[in-house]
Amino acid sequence: MGEQAMEPMRVAVLCGGRSFERAVSLRSGAAVEDALRELGHEPELIDTGPDTSRQLAVGGFDCAFVALHGEGGEDGAIQDLLELLHIPYTGARAAPSRGAYDKSHTKRVLIAAGLPTPPFVSLAARALQEFGAADAVSEAVDGVGLPLVVKPSTGGSALGIRLVSDAGELPRALVTAMSYAPHVLLERFVDGRELSINVLGTESPRTLPAVRIRPRQAEWYDFESRYTHGQTEFACPTDDVSDAELAEAERVALASYAALDLSGFGRVDIILDSDGVPWVLELNSIPGLTDTSLLPLAARTAGLELADVVRELLVDALREAAAET
Amino acid sequence: MHGMRSSAMRDMMALTQRPEVISFAGGLPDLESFTAQLLEQLCAEVAQTGKDRALQYGATEGNAGAKRAIRTVMAAEGMQVEDEGLIVTTGGQQVLDLFARVLIDPGDVVIAEGPTYPGVVPVFSSYQADVRHIPLDEEGLDPALVETMLDELAHEGVRPKYLYTIPTFQNPGGTTMSVERRHRLVELAAERNLLVLEDNPYSMLRFEGEAVPTLRSLDQHGNVAYLGTFSKIFAPGVRLGWVEAPAPILARINLVKQAADLCSSSLSQGLVERFFTEHNWPAYVQGVSEVYRRRRDAMIAGMAEHFPPGSTWTTPQGGLFIWATLPPVIDTQDLLARAIRENVAFVPGMAAFLDGSGTSSMRLNFSAVSEERVAEGIKRLGEVACEMVELAERLGVQR
Repeated sequence: MGEQAMEPMRVAVLCGGRSFERAVSLRSGAAVEDALRELGHEPELIDTGPDTSRQLAVGGFDCAFVALHGEGGEDGAIQDLLELLHIPYTGARAAPSRGAYDKSHTKRVLIAAGLPTPPFVSLAARALQEFGAADAVSEAVDGVGLPLVVKPSTGGSALGIRLVSDAGELPRALVTAMSYAPHVLLERFVDGRELSINVLGTESPRTLPAVRIRPRQAEWYDFESRYTHGQTEFACPTDDVSDAELAEAERVALASYAALDLSGFGRVDIILDSDGVPWVLELNSIPGLTDTSLLPLAARTAGLELADVVRELLVDALREAAAET
Repeated sequence: MHGMRSSAMRDMMALTQRPEVISFAGGLPDLESFTAQLLEQLCAEVAQTGKDRALQYGATEGNAGAKRAIRTVMAAEGMQVEDEGLIVTTGGQQVLDLFARVLIDPGDVVIAEGPTYPGVVPVFSSYQADVRHIPLDEEGLDPALVETMLDELAHEGVRPKYLYTIPTFQNPGGTTMSVERRHRLVELAAERNLLVLEDNPYSMLRFEGEAVPTLRSLDQHGNVAYLGTFSKIFAPGVRLGWVEAPAPILARINLVKQAADLCSSSLSQGLVERFFTEHNWPAYVQGVSEVYRRRRDAMIAGMAEHFPPGSTWTTPQGGLFIWATLPPVIDTQDLLARAIRENVAFVPGMAAFLDGSGTSSMRLNFSAVSEERVAEGIKRLGEVACEMVELAERLGVQR
């Protein structure tokens, strides 16, 4: 990539929006805005809403930085719009975004690629409402095994995720998860070390140093707190993962990123079990970029500032756009 | 776990401020009837009658003019107070904070209603109070239950630092403590030497029924500290409230307030002085109460029509809030996720407890939303609640 000078650009920083990750997205957007200024560009922060299409159409932007997490930003919606408006944009293309956003789709792609992801079944609220699928739910438990995790199939935040260790808890967990998304998945719970591996690049993607995530209190009921900042601590570089385990986790992360056809950047969330198998739980096509987020932490460990990451994403965005026209 | 839930809740609450959302989540008064002309006039009066005072630092305990306004308001509710017994604060919220700061050491027990004011929950959490909730019924807090709790605590060798209560148009419960219970609670406080913090932001916003005496007006022994605010009878933007408390507590509050912010806004104090001594403020308060009554009626009519069978709610005779409880299969935090997709928001009941209860309840604010929007929002909320009940039934959720 190198340090070749880039012409100053007008960059729309798309953030906020109306997903459950709005608050984090606003902070990601602010961090990106600072980084763009540092790089000599002219950023304009857009809290996305009904006026966004018009703002983009008349704004004279050379590029858009998508810092929207969750619905609207990671599900391909904003990417489709940006393609329609012929504005180059950062991160994954529209179709791969949609794919990675849906956890059941992601897992099917991973399985087809021979990559480890915990056994699961998916279930639509519609199947319960229209096809009387409630009776089939107990079979799902038998198939997946206990304990299992019920999670909304879409949406990147921890909201709506429940650990089920007794089949009697399942109905309530399903109602909760289905409050956040029309599809849910029941996934076998894998106990192990939680790793987050960020990937950077489009033509030749590479991993950033893995981040080890540890809950502050490792108690059983505290499962949900793993997903909440303040209740977790991070180690980067990792301190309890062997070189061989790390190499395998990185291989799996890169292969997953490629299988899902992500570009620009992405985060692969992994549980490393006691046999060293890196089970992939999900991929995030737009990782958090706040000062407490994992990607900036991993980048710093690799000697990169957020501005370096942003510069690389812009170069990729322009190249992808040029390749498409 | 509650910490995690509250942070998840914060993420969701970030969405409720978007303009397309019909939000029953706030506690905002309606300011439409507070005209720009009135504000201009008050500002002009302050500029002409006391420019330097309004622009200068003031005494930590507050300026004489603001205290005159406070005495006027308290007298209207049958309470005679001295200036020396008062401290003007930066909103009622500051009283909650300062009171807790001077009285609570980590682990100290505080008694509070269940549900209690969601805004006091982070205060008690940050001072690490051990909060014991007492459930409310239609007549508000029951002194008999307070007595039982005091006995139990005495048995544990524990003396609660104070009892925190909103006796009139409780937030979030919407209930009002009966007159008999008020007398009994004040008596009990004297018998047991129990300090009571009476939080009374809403009592003047009465839609119907007889006015009830404040606990403070019944107290002969100095057991009741009183929290007042101008937020609901004037405007929250001035950020002014006050506390009246026994002298030793007041002295400590004065010290910590000095450390916190030296004094509350002198400019704001000038505005309330003018409004409450020179203008027809009772007419203003009566006017907004009438607006709120209509909105309350619209909300209750909507709930009766659209909420799932088995739901219950309070019918407040005043104030800003209704407390609704849905069938137990519903977790209102999950319901909020669905409701936000329909552009409706409320406060999940769990936010009004420190012990994780309230999961099937919700606080609904009606003061800040027009009748039409109340009707539309409640309809949408009822629809998603009914869908959720149906799903839970199909899955055989039991509770």
